[in-house]
Amino acid sequence: MAMSGAAKLMPSVPQAEPAATAVSIQNLSVRFGDRNNEFTALSDVSVDIPEGAFVTMLGPSGCGKSTLLRCVADLVHISDGSISVFGRSPQEARESRDFAFVFQDATLLPWRNVLDNVRLPLEVGKHAQNGNNADPHELLAMVGLKGRENALPHELSGGMRQRVAIARALITRPRILLMDEPFGALDEITRDRLNEELLRVWQETGTTILFVTHSIPEAAFLGQNVLMLQAHPGRVKEFMKVDLPFPRSLAVRDTVEFIGVTAHLRRLLEECL
Amino acid sequence: MSHIVSSTTKSGGAPDRKIAFLDSTAGVLVKHMPAIGAAVGLVVLWQFVVWFFKIPTFMAPSPVDVAYAFHDNAKILWTNVLPTILEAFLGFVFGNLVAILLAIWFVHSSTAEKAFYPIAVFIKAIPIIALAPILVLIFGNGLAPKIIIAGLICFFPTLVNMVQGLKSASPAMLDLMRVLSASNTEILWKVRLPSSMPFLFAALKIAATSSVMGAIVAEWIGSSFGLGALIIEATYNFRSPLLYATVVIAAALAVALFFIVSVIEARMIRWKPAGSH
Repeated sequence: MAMSGAAKLMPSVPQAEPAATAVSIQNLSVRFGDRNNEFTALSDVSVDIPEGAFVTMLGPSGCGKSTLLRCVADLVHISDGSISVFGRSPQEARESRDFAFVFQDATLLPWRNVLDNVRLPLEVGKHAQNGNNADPHELLAMVGLKGRENALPHELSGGMRQRVAIARALITRPRILLMDEPFGALDEITRDRLNEELLRVWQETGTTILFVTHSIPEAAFLGQNVLMLQAHPGRVKEFMKVDLPFPRSLAVRDTVEFIGVTAHLRRLLEECL
Repeated sequence: MSHIVSSTTKSGGAPDRKIAFLDSTAGVLVKHMPAIGAAVGLVVLWQFVVWFFKIPTFMAPSPVDVAYAFHDNAKILWTNVLPTILEAFLGFVFGNLVAILLAIWFVHSSTAEKAFYPIAVFIKAIPIIALAPILVLIFGNGLAPKIIIAGLICFFPTLVNMVQGLKSASPAMLDLMRVLSASNTEILWKVRLPSSMPFLFAALKIAATSSVMGAIVAEWIGSSFGLGALIIEATYNFRSPLLYATVVIAAALAVALFFIVSVIEARMIRWKPAGSH
């Protein structure tokens, strides 16, 4: 298994040559409930996410974008179809620490300080350890929390807590980062800052990122591609390329091109309703 | 005014620390002034009422009589407080230990919870005073029935709180542990047990005081030693000052246990639950 590409914490420019497929989703369906009271969350979803890509997932509430992400993370049982993560099942991928998950809530352990929270993945799931871990101090410096190693979560702001969560996700050097509305609960200024920093982290680590959001500007600003889903039942509306150059700064949002992208996304969203 | 302020701040070093210490001591006194004042006032009132109405000592002794009783019966009080401390302490330890282990089992097996939770509620519903003679019949007059009753009284609040505490970990936190491929044992030690600590200590504080009550009630039913037996004996012999002294010691014992648990809690739990500021 070639780990070198994802393993190094080195700048790696988004792939120029056609990349391998990181996540391949084929005819995926997810149904909840029993036979009498069945609810179809996802129906016949197929999409390929190339390695190193940054894909944002957007759609009206109830479209199953979080469910799709949780299927990849082996948190939701698949009813039909298949998901392969680097050619393996989600369970195998989870057990070899191919991906990490960042939740909307930072989900830090409140009795552990910042450093020990970042180190949590190294202490649990012993059979899933692969020994290929990043240095927690380097990661904390990367997310701008140098010097706060001994702070307890309740002493940090919401934005700082989410930075800790991102550092914790990166400690196992995951090849894929799954993010479920990670900045959804933050104020706009903090969110903008973290958006910019996440792009920097993505370019520094070369990690594939799947990012669920309900914000159109966020989806357009972060994504190389936007996966638009529609609801009832959840299915793919469009897999759209965002034609904006990298590296992107917040100023890109004032350009005509960016506004064109968000206007198009908004039209698509309205069609979904 | 400003001149005085600046000169004291400049003086620095030891005097400042001394002033800070005096300030904090005075602060504590000021903070508890209403409580201290009320307690002293009530004792004085009690003394006055006994005096004024010439109430006989066997009916209600005055605070001064009680103080003498402490002095005159020091040895009796001491030899009888020790078994009660032992019973309350052992009951506290075993009752809570069983409750904690049972709660851990319940959280991991819903079948066990469904099977045994109703039985736990039923045992809780039996009045302790009715249970005590049964246990005395089975275990005799020694320490065992007292420890069991003190333990039973601690058991239920801790079981209920501990089950709730172990289930208090957020679903997202459990999802995170699953993504990390954590085992159930790791989830228990790293997430469930630490997050249950505030719930556990809330129960332990209740248990601390009720374990003393349990031990004394058990001694009442059938015993020749302990504070409970002393209460019965003092009552039947009209030794009211001794009775009051025993009651004061029993209360002080409960308060002391409560205080110890509170201190341990303050040392162990320095974090605040997620999301609170």
